[in-house]
Amino acid sequence: MSAQAISESGDRSDFWQGVRLSMPVVVASAPFAVLFGALAVDNGFSVLEAFLMSALVYGGASQMVGIQLFGQHVAPWLIVLSIFAVNFRHVLYSAGIGRRIAHWPVIQQALGYFILTDPQFAVAEARAQSGQTVGFAWYLGLGLPVYLFWIVESALGALFGKLIPDTHALGIDFLLPIYFLGLVLGFRKRPLWLPVVIASAAASIIAYKTVGSPWHVSIGAIAGVLLAVILPPHHSGVKARP
Amino acid sequence: MSTTFWIIIAGAIATYLTRIGGHLVISRFDTIHPRVEAGLNAVPAAVLTTLVAPELLNAGPAEWAALVVTAVVSLRGGLMAMFLAGAAALIVARQFAG
Repeated sequence: MSAQAISESGDRSDFWQGVRLSMPVVVASAPFAVLFGALAVDNGFSVLEAFLMSALVYGGASQMVGIQLFGQHVAPWLIVLSIFAVNFRHVLYSAGIGRRIAHWPVIQQALGYFILTDPQFAVAEARAQSGQTVGFAWYLGLGLPVYLFWIVESALGALFGKLIPDTHALGIDFLLPIYFLGLVLGFRKRPLWLPVVIASAAASIIAYKTVGSPWHVSIGAIAGVLLAVILPPHHSGVKARP
Repeated sequence: MSTTFWIIIAGAIATYLTRIGGHLVISRFDTIHPRVEAGLNAVPAAVLTTLVAPELLNAGPAEWAALVVTAVVSLRGGLMAMFLAGAAALIVARQFAG
């Protein structure tokens, strides 16, 4: 086998390894894609517009907030600002993951940032932390199924939204918190994990009660990150440079 | 072009800026200060926690049961096992606790 053939088959198995890891995300996000499509049409979007928003914005919570405000006839610039606010946490993801994918060609990086969602970041960051390289094939395998299912299910939700049965009994409204808790726990071996979790949890709950959603996400996240920055480096496992 | 269309385009651009912005800022620096690096390492736990914590305020017995099962399974199992166990616990608990 030539070197190129070996690297191609390596890419292919990396891709499928990513696809396997994407499956819980596909399952957990499916109800929200359908729900988004249904709500979008309910709030005055066409099926095509619901599909476009999922394909171009590709951020569940921000899409929900966007159509909610749209239905209440809020000024367009305020809707866009709200989408930006809900998605602001990605700035932190972007700064974190940049270290892991800096070796990719620029076009691949540009695409990689486009599909940088919560689970995409968490799973890729966990892989990097375990000492493995985050390759483009693996990253695409992880992200592409989620993206494709997301846009198709959004369109289906827009077309058939009124047919969803009892979502509460199926636990659909609480699947994402369960999934996110699992991701948080997956990072428990990191230095400072517990203090950061406590700081973020406390700050986000207080902000949720006072300032309100979606700002509690950014405020809580900044509290946890600041704690890690402020504590002396020997606590955080990062070696100080001489 | 409709207003809706422009809202979607502007929302998409704003979102992409958040996804690439952090990298564009950080990559301007040649070296990353240890404290900044410590902060970046804290990002996953810090951000993901904020997506769960406020849910605890409204969580009833069924939701708590699901979260506890998720936490216990996560000590041993992988992501998929933990997710399925948590979801199953939630559905079962809701049959009893509503």
